[in-house]
Amino acid sequence: MSTEATNAASGAAESPAREAVIRIEDLAVEYPPRAFGEGPTVAVGKLSLEVTQGEVFGFLGPNGAGKTSTLQVLLGFQPPTRGAAFIYGLEVRHPIARQRIGYLPELTYYYKFLSAEELLRFYGRLFRIPRGELEARIDSVLKLVDLDPVRKRLIKTYSKGMQQRIGLAQALINSPDLLILDEPTSGLDPLGRMKVREIIQRLKSEGKTVFFSSHELGEVETVCDRIAIISQGELKMVGRVADLVRQYQTHLERIFLKVVGYEPQASA
Amino acid sequence: MNSVFCLAGIVIKELYRRKDFYVLFVLTAIITLLLGSVNFFHEDKIVRYVKDICLLLIWLSSLVIAVVTTARQIPTERESRTIFPLLAKPVTRGQLVGGKFLGCWLACGIALLVFYLFFAVVVGAKEGRLPLSQYFQVIWMQWWMLAIVIAMVLLGSVLFSAPSANATICFAAILAILILGGHLHRLAAVQPSPLGQALSVLYFLIPHLEWFYAVRERLIFDSALLGWGDCLLAAAYAAAYVGLLLVATWTVFRRKILTV
Repeated sequence: MSTEATNAASGAAESPAREAVIRIEDLAVEYPPRAFGEGPTVAVGKLSLEVTQGEVFGFLGPNGAGKTSTLQVLLGFQPPTRGAAFIYGLEVRHPIARQRIGYLPELTYYYKFLSAEELLRFYGRLFRIPRGELEARIDSVLKLVDLDPVRKRLIKTYSKGMQQRIGLAQALINSPDLLILDEPTSGLDPLGRMKVREIIQRLKSEGKTVFFSSHELGEVETVCDRIAIISQGELKMVGRVADLVRQYQTHLERIFLKVVGYEPQASA
Repeated sequence: MNSVFCLAGIVIKELYRRKDFYVLFVLTAIITLLLGSVNFFHEDKIVRYVKDICLLLIWLSSLVIAVVTTARQIPTERESRTIFPLLAKPVTRGQLVGGKFLGCWLACGIALLVFYLFFAVVVGAKEGRLPLSQYFQVIWMQWWMLAIVIAMVLLGSVLFSAPSANATICFAAILAILILGGHLHRLAAVQPSPLGQALSVLYFLIPHLEWFYAVRERLIFDSALLGWGDCLLAAAYAAAYVGLLLVATWTVFRRKILTV
């Protein structure tokens, strides 16, 4: 971790009494060499991070920084090369660690031959939600994402924005304590973005934790309590958004560019 | 098991909401009806030939449904990225493989029942009788043979990324087993070593799908029923292969890195 990171890493330490929802310890993710004689590709170096209960945490970094690899480990899609990751104290490779998670992937196309309510019923059953409760939750999340009027229509007839909203609905079907969002506003119109912001704020007010990666830094600045910036597989900075903005006397986009080492060309 | 059944339900829903099954059923039905309505050369035993051709069509159609449906399951999940929200739920990769297998197998079972119901109505109208036990045995054996086929294709779907490549390879392997499987040991006996030994090993390694296929002749020629114990033994034989193939599929799939 860089000096900046150490300086700003006060966020998690400020709330020692809170439960660590996500704990990443010395995480390294490497991919096998692509050609003979090459070394392995290091996606994540030695990442340590903690996200506590009830916070909205932004996970930022330029493309290829290692965000996706970290998310993959967190969700159990791939094992870490070294180190470990825990969700609610459970190592992520155990499926039960995902019982309290909601995950919205970036740009996913759901089963086209299902309707919205059938899709949600399917995902809800995977969580073993009792039938009556599941139907109530389906009603509630479909209303929340404004898809209630089209709940019986097949997903293949949905627009891109509607697909993203059904994605959000499936992520909320188990009433998760931790929501992991990967570019949640990608493909959404301004109204859709506002809706996502509202949902995140609402979840926060309910004491839920939201962990999301995004390139929309304006959005991150609006909704996040804390952020972490990684670049080239290393954690460059972690801290409270308000503290960082105060410390650097500028907005998040400028801070981000500075931290990842981008020097803007002098313009005329 | 809850997750396995949920996943199986989705596969079944996919089968009846897609056109593949209906196209094959309509084709089989038209050919069966045409054959059933024509009296070739005033031959009294024409029903036997109609049965033979129709059963062949049912076998081919069910094979196509099994291979095509299974081959696209996991690759499509990856391609459309639905695998990510799915595996982000408390679902293991083993359960995913199990659910896909069960779904495809049950879906093929339903398709078989529809095909045979139609076949029984057409042939029953010609023959004036309905040998239920024979039908049960034929469906039972074909369903278990399809279990092996589905498990084979599922393994192929985690080895080959393109469903079309997997389906082609599996079709070739299945046809080779059906046509040559029963003759391999005879061929091995006349070959010099080590080719003879290799063919012998192959003979004992491959699942003998042709044994299941042969049962249809009992329906065509009105032969005696198979022993019920033999039916159970055949199911156990198929189940053993299915188990081995599913374990192999899971072993390969659990090591796959799924890139978001």
